[in-house]
Amino acid sequence: MTGSAAGPAAPGGDAADYVIEVEGLSKSFGDRAVVRDLSMRVRRGQIYGFLGPNGSGKTTTIRMLCGLLTPDSGHGTCLGYDILTQSRAIRRHVGYMTQRFSLYADLSVRENLEFVARIYGVPNPVKAARDAVERLGLGGRERQLAGSLSGGWKQRLALGACILPSPQLLLLDEPTAGVDPKARREFWMQIHELAADGLTVLVSTHYMDEAERCHEIAYIAYGELLAQGTVEQVVAHSGLTTWSVSGGDPAALARELAEQPGVEMVAPFGTSVHVGGHDDAALARAIEPFRARPELVWRQDAPTLEDVFIDLMSRSKDNFR
Amino acid sequence: MSGFLRRVGAMVRKEFLQLLRDRVSFATMIMIPLLQLVLFGYAINTTPRHLPTAVLAYENTPLTRSILAAIENTKYFAVTHHPTSAAEAEHLMRAGDVLFVVEIPAGFERAVVRGEDPSMLVAADATDPVASGSAIATLRNIVDTSVRRERFATDKGPQGSGLEGAPPPFEIITHARYNPAAVTQLNIVPGLLGTILTMTMLIFTALSVTREIERGTMETLLAMPIRPVEVMLGKIAPYVMVGAVQATMIVVAGIFLFKVPVVGSMELLTALTALFIVTNLSIGYTFSTLAQNQLQAVQMTFMYFLPNILLSGFMFPFAGMPRWAQWISETLPLTHYLRMVRGILLKGAAVADLSQDILALSAIMLVAMVIAVKRFRQTLD
Repeated sequence: MTGSAAGPAAPGGDAADYVIEVEGLSKSFGDRAVVRDLSMRVRRGQIYGFLGPNGSGKTTTIRMLCGLLTPDSGHGTCLGYDILTQSRAIRRHVGYMTQRFSLYADLSVRENLEFVARIYGVPNPVKAARDAVERLGLGGRERQLAGSLSGGWKQRLALGACILPSPQLLLLDEPTAGVDPKARREFWMQIHELAADGLTVLVSTHYMDEAERCHEIAYIAYGELLAQGTVEQVVAHSGLTTWSVSGGDPAALARELAEQPGVEMVAPFGTSVHVGGHDDAALARAIEPFRARPELVWRQDAPTLEDVFIDLMSRSKDNFR
Repeated sequence: MSGFLRRVGAMVRKEFLQLLRDRVSFATMIMIPLLQLVLFGYAINTTPRHLPTAVLAYENTPLTRSILAAIENTKYFAVTHHPTSAAEAEHLMRAGDVLFVVEIPAGFERAVVRGEDPSMLVAADATDPVASGSAIATLRNIVDTSVRRERFATDKGPQGSGLEGAPPPFEIITHARYNPAAVTQLNIVPGLLGTILTMTMLIFTALSVTREIERGTMETLLAMPIRPVEVMLGKIAPYVMVGAVQATMIVVAGIFLFKVPVVGSMELLTALTALFIVTNLSIGYTFSTLAQNQLQAVQMTFMYFLPNILLSGFMFPFAGMPRWAQWISETLPLTHYLRMVRGILLKGAAVADLSQDILALSAIMLVAMVIAVKRFRQTLD
């Protein structure tokens, strides 16, 4: 199967603008539905953030996109190839970075890269691996066993192995989990450079600051896609009003505020407490008595992405549980 | 003290829970004693009876019939083949189809009647001294008395009652072939070649897929554009070399340390050993695709190894086993390989003699490979 006939859609037309286009994807393991009726589109050259709590179906969705899992229902294309019937062609053009480090711990950096290059049929694998070592800044470590690298270097190597066969789409499953801030920043710089070169990147993460580095984000919880769009769009569509209050004992204040009708979200942040709700009139009434307290300083602010996601999560939980 | 007991108790409880959850370990614990019991109790017999025998009779007379009846009456021999030429009889023995060839020359009865003291030949395949030993030991005695009784009963004796008590006027020449001195090593060392290869080859590949799953590398491998057949062949190939090195070591040691003769063709042995190695690697790989983790793969290998040792004819004579056990052992590669390696080294067997075993071994290999490729999951479903 080369996919030449039914292969990637012709460049130019509308279809070519979307690298991932799936509709109604569902997957259950046993009687547990992990992904429900998920539809999404990812434009070429975008960095698409995939957010959601643990066990929300992010990994399952990514695996369905690259053919590692067969959806129970739904259909769609990835790079113009059918995700149900052309997974071999998809694998050739997709770089998938797993959540857990999954290169060979007992092979050296260079041996791992050469293995990948050979499997994908990269011409001159030895040179390709050597170039990758240099590009990744792993020079001097190429003989080190991959298993003995530190977390940040492992992640760098894994990304290097993913992009070595020049894929058109990168699927990164929580690539920065357990990586220090400096390595994370460097990692994201690299992702942006790759996207600038025309590579499409779908990246799942827990980190809100990383979500804000994406061109577009999707939020998934309990297997359902709850919000999609740019960060600004997602925040604007949330319909949340939030207040920040400081002074006093934040823990006690949070407990008190949570009991008020109209307060849907309370989160202590250091010395201040973040309060939010969908009905701004009800929220204003609820905090009215607290505003009279002299020691408290109230300030209305814009909801953060985290506020929005926690709100989405708690509401979807109500729907499903 | 109570703290000690509580902690030990907690540990015991945890171990039990884990044990109960590990189905394969549990199955091994039940199956291995059961298997040993059944195989040792019912299948293994070190003084085997009903051994397959070919009768090459150049005449068919009342006397020869009574001799053959007597031989069968000993229960040690079962006449299974009636070859019509010496070459055919030779082939049967080299292929391991029969353990004995009874040859009755032409004009045998006439020679007995004339008192010429003719001889009949009983050739025994002595590669496995255990299998043929007791049969040969009792042959002369039992045939003598049976034939004498036969002559009394039917009153066929030419000289009436004058000869009872005396041995019949013919001789039985037994000829222990291939291993006349009944040296156990000559049988064991070629057998070890097969047994060692089975154990090591199985373990190597049995761990190969489960190791990838356990270390998490399988996910990356599956996401790559590689086919299951390609994965399998890539994992089997390196161990073919390892197997070749092991086989060479054992054969060289056998020749120089244990003086095992090389009667047949070394090229044939090499080719068939390669076939055997690949078969075992395929079976190990199949286990690898069935097991959930490396421990299960090892347990499966062990369960498989047990009947191989006990039923293949390595430790105990194949001919002595009941029919059901023989059927099981025909499905084990080691059974066929033992016939090949003993046949080639000790008996000078050629391709024609071993064709059935070659076919069987190839079939087992193909079945294992097909199962492995079908079982290899291309997805994580």
